[in-house]
Amino acid sequence: MAHPVKALVITGYGTNCETEMAYACTHAGAQATIAHLSDILNGQIRIGNYHFLNLPGGFLDGDDLGSAQVESVRLKHATIQGGTRTLYDEILSFFERGGLILGVCNGFQALVKTGLLPGNPFGARRATLTFNDSARFEDRWVALKVNPHSPCVFTKGLDRISLPVRHGEGKFITDSEDTLKDIMGNHLSALFYADADGHPTQTYPDNPNGSAFAIAGICDATGRVFGLMPHPEAYTHATNHPLWTRRKDLPERGDGMAIFDNAVSYLKGV
Amino acid sequence: MAHRVEVGPKPHLFDARGERIKRQIRHAFPKIDLDGICCLDIYTIDSPDINPQWCAEAFCDPVIQDIAIDRPLKSDYDWYIEVGYKPGVTDNVGHSAQYALGLISARYLPVYSARAYLIKADIHRKTAEAIARECLANTLIQNCRVFDPAEAAVMAPYVPKVVDLTPPSYEEMDLNCSDDELISLSQTRTLALNLTELKAVQAYMNDPGVQSRRAQMGLSGMITDVELEALAQTWSEHCKHKIFNADITYTEGSHTEQIRSLFKTYIQGSTQEIRKSKGGRDICVSIFTDNAGVIRFNKDYNLVFKVETHNSPSALDPYGGALTGIVGVNRDPFGTGMGAKLIFNTDVFCFASPFFDRELPPKILHPRRIFEGVREGVEHGGNKSGIPTVNGCLVFDERYLGKPLVYCGTAGIMPVSVGDKPSHVKQIKPGDLIVMAGGRIGKDGIHGATFSSEELHEASPTSAVQIGDPITQKKLTDFLLRARDLGLYRAITDNGAGGLSSSIGEMATLSGGCRIDLDKPPLKYQGLSPWEILLSEAQERMSLAVPPEQVEAFMELSERMGVESSVIGVFTETGMFHCTYAGKTVAYLDMHFLHDGLPRLDLKAIWIDADLLDGPIPDPPDQGAKLKQMLGRLNICSKEYIVRQYDHEVQGGSVVKPLVGVACDGPSDAGVVRPLLDSMEGVVVSNGIAPRYSDIDTFHMAANALDEAIRNYICVGGNPDHWACLDNFCWCDPVLSRRNPDGQYKLAQLVRANKAMAEYTKAYACPMISGKDSMKNDYIIGETKISIPPTLLVSVIGKINDVRTAVTMDVKSPGDLIYILGRTARELGGSEYLASCALPGGSVPKVDAGTALARYRRLHMAITMGYIASAHDISDGGLGICLAEKAFAGGLGLSIDLGQVPTTGSLSDTEVLYSESASRIVISVAPEHVDEIEALFGTDARCIGKTTTTARLTITGRNKEVIIDQDIVSLKTAWKATLDF
Repeated sequence: MAHPVKALVITGYGTNCETEMAYACTHAGAQATIAHLSDILNGQIRIGNYHFLNLPGGFLDGDDLGSAQVESVRLKHATIQGGTRTLYDEILSFFERGGLILGVCNGFQALVKTGLLPGNPFGARRATLTFNDSARFEDRWVALKVNPHSPCVFTKGLDRISLPVRHGEGKFITDSEDTLKDIMGNHLSALFYADADGHPTQTYPDNPNGSAFAIAGICDATGRVFGLMPHPEAYTHATNHPLWTRRKDLPERGDGMAIFDNAVSYLKGV
Repeated sequence: MAHRVEVGPKPHLFDARGERIKRQIRHAFPKIDLDGICCLDIYTIDSPDINPQWCAEAFCDPVIQDIAIDRPLKSDYDWYIEVGYKPGVTDNVGHSAQYALGLISARYLPVYSARAYLIKADIHRKTAEAIARECLANTLIQNCRVFDPAEAAVMAPYVPKVVDLTPPSYEEMDLNCSDDELISLSQTRTLALNLTELKAVQAYMNDPGVQSRRAQMGLSGMITDVELEALAQTWSEHCKHKIFNADITYTEGSHTEQIRSLFKTYIQGSTQEIRKSKGGRDICVSIFTDNAGVIRFNKDYNLVFKVETHNSPSALDPYGGALTGIVGVNRDPFGTGMGAKLIFNTDVFCFASPFFDRELPPKILHPRRIFEGVREGVEHGGNKSGIPTVNGCLVFDERYLGKPLVYCGTAGIMPVSVGDKPSHVKQIKPGDLIVMAGGRIGKDGIHGATFSSEELHEASPTSAVQIGDPITQKKLTDFLLRARDLGLYRAITDNGAGGLSSSIGEMATLSGGCRIDLDKPPLKYQGLSPWEILLSEAQERMSLAVPPEQVEAFMELSERMGVESSVIGVFTETGMFHCTYAGKTVAYLDMHFLHDGLPRLDLKAIWIDADLLDGPIPDPPDQGAKLKQMLGRLNICSKEYIVRQYDHEVQGGSVVKPLVGVACDGPSDAGVVRPLLDSMEGVVVSNGIAPRYSDIDTFHMAANALDEAIRNYICVGGNPDHWACLDNFCWCDPVLSRRNPDGQYKLAQLVRANKAMAEYTKAYACPMISGKDSMKNDYIIGETKISIPPTLLVSVIGKINDVRTAVTMDVKSPGDLIYILGRTARELGGSEYLASCALPGGSVPKVDAGTALARYRRLHMAITMGYIASAHDISDGGLGICLAEKAFAGGLGLSIDLGQVPTTGSLSDTEVLYSESASRIVISVAPEHVDEIEALFGTDARCIGKTTTTARLTITGRNKEVIIDQDIVSLKTAWKATLDF
């Protein structure tokens, strides 16, 4: 029997999608633990004891200084009780030991603002997620196109999926043309907002926020760190889909599950 | 010395926030030519030495932003408008900024946030100030400064620190004075007590037994301000529902009857009867006793539901008022029993037209501003709390100009047992410690309970406004749910209206007394008097009873999870409500007098039949054009603008969303969610509201509101054997007075609405499990008086056994048959159609509950069997609107023959299209299920047409001529255009 995949779902300080994120991990075959950030900061829970780290969506610290801005400060400066190691140090060690990291929405914003995405080097903020061009929070379902050349572990074998976006700050911007070239050229751009034909699009509302190159999600060079604005954990069952009463052909397992299934398969070495 | 940090977008980037504000200003000032507007974040740090590196890391996103410290960031503008909070107003951004700086610097540096708007436009200072006042700042809670570039270059930082507060103390007042002096005392302190009530307090104070007990505590014969304020709060209309509990003499023609308490007679009384008749199938668990109603969900979980209003604060500060409304009602289910996990919100707003273009009465904000502020407040309150907003509606009427109505509702789920105890029962033992957890106390919201028990007037206290902080509350709920499951407390309740006075006062009835040490609660700033500490409605606080043996573990977990908790007293069995401050007793009231000493009101209600006659219903010259015009009416048009901005699927259990259909923009009848992700059992929530009918007869208004909520519930697949409802009455002052000459009629309107609720909830066997009333929704300033139409919101909650059977309102496939369930009568009184013609009307829709319930049960059976492709209720705007919505939501045409619509009496085409007869539903059915449908419904279902691939709505009139032939895209466009902000 393969070893169990242990997933850690971090919550606290305004995160609010932890329950469905843990459910998706469990549904994919992992053992999921929901930990409050304070459980990690006081040393009660060690990130190193897990294989799959999940940063769910929400409004960390109210997004008061910009989405996940305070979280990026917390990850870099708050230390684990009884030592000098920061949360960021713990996450980096976790990654170096081969773990998978998934950030959704506010979790993606945290990964980008802390410099864990796109990486190269880790720790430097090379991109950001800012106000949608509409300057509004919007809840709507989007069509997504997976980049088949991406090293992303989570999107392997996928082509087109539907998921909801629910954000006010999802417009992806890089600090320079070079960063954008790095992301596009190395296929770190794992996921694009797409039109009805499956082509990446800049047209609102198919592209709900005006992201450069229709980028909906990116990974690091190893493909083991992945962040995306759409919510895979919000589409675990057919009845989550907005058209489920019209389309009786939808599979019972929602598209979002594929992201978690891929993570668990990878960790099981399947 | 304070430092001022400016953060703004890099020049080459698109400034989305600036563009949005530009749109808002353009709307309010269409004549101004705005070249541009740039939005800056301002952080004022009240500390002499700061490190620029810290500021840059905490406040600036270097990818998109620039930062400037103690110098202007930008130069290319004409006017600089800075908007910051006044001292003491909750500043969430400031708190987060302070926290971030603290993480980096390991130092405590007070930070205040503000916004700056740099306007490029050739305008005078007066115009810039008008823009600031009308679009950017609410001067009630915000400080606003307008500078030209030269002034801005040398401006001093604005530091809204709370200073110069009078030193805290308590006062004593002699109540042995004249009646006029008593009334004047009530008015100057916003006590909202009438003379009878003041006299009752006077008599209590003069009781020799009371005096001797007080003397033992070192108190004189005079009442303290702490006591008087606690009494006024506990006895307020807001908390005691004096009108709903009054003795009423009701006269209707020659018939007169005595009603002892509307609440006991009609609300509680009818629910008791329903429960009794349901016997073993009763789903009520805890009703009318706690902060919210509790019903069974399944054998392991119960549902908790409450809807509140936050009208008065939303009139003064729409954003803060509505935000506090939603996070406030969140604490009701959260503070019910041992505490519930919150699973959805539902919101209903009643506004005047956002296109109002006449002069506004004093102190009233433009309805568009109220609309936007309330929308944003609920957006922040709901979205940031991680609770999906799954249902709601908007109602427009000019009479909501004086006071908007902001209904906010929240449901929760809790395990049937926590540990080995039933979760819905609260228990407190003498000796349990009183713990306050969450936010700190400030002057915010003082007198909210009494203020909201009055009409909005010139001297309405601005301190009654408060701003919620959803993140502090989220941290609090994260902590308390864990503490609940660890068994660290015995009882919990929320701090809402009346603050600690109300929460502890009510909890203390469970043990038989309390002693509160008013030095103990943590304060936002010094200088609060003890009565202010007791009464403050500062947000995000829960009160708990913690057994002494658990207090250490409770406090340790609290600190670890970043929540401030304090032991502030002890529950006793002395029978006294006892408060101390600085070692002295400052309040010593008999619990029994505090809770039961309130004299009952004795009121008269006289019903006068509106006696409106049916005039002729005019036919429009062009039915197609009229249908489009109707679709664009405020009460009918698409509310997508608001709905999209509310997260309706967080928590992962979304099943039927507020927007449905092929393009995800059709108007859903009700919301369905799965609160337990590993189960297919769902919760259904719907609402009904019909204030337009109140002008004719509130009895039928109430019946229609209930029926609408129920048929919405049925349309998505809700189970008629597993439902309950909430009643939320918002009324105009129903007490006769000099300023309110028709008070007796308004009270009669209230009586009739109650009679209808009792009659119809019994007929539907749908028990009322909780509710609320807000009785003074009037505006009186100078010569202007505006009273809302009597408004009743009915919210239905219940269960769908398997969400996979749920149905949406959009037609599904070409060739499906369209059936109408129910008969159409000539009932256009109070209808949207007659309102569109500016005509009065007499025949208000009447509900025949017996026929309707049988229909609803049959429809439920058909839905469960999978026979129904779509179901949509007929409500505002009648059959014509219902058919158009079904067609464009499904992206298919409809071919309809009005001649087939069953009617009561002879109706014209216009009447058939726009009558609002109750209890009707339009369904679509695939051809293979037609036989089953016809067998099941018999004559109650009539086929009136079918779906087509033409993408046109084609309606044939009763004389066989096509009267409407419209492209569904153009119908949808008309429906969407009105509120396309």
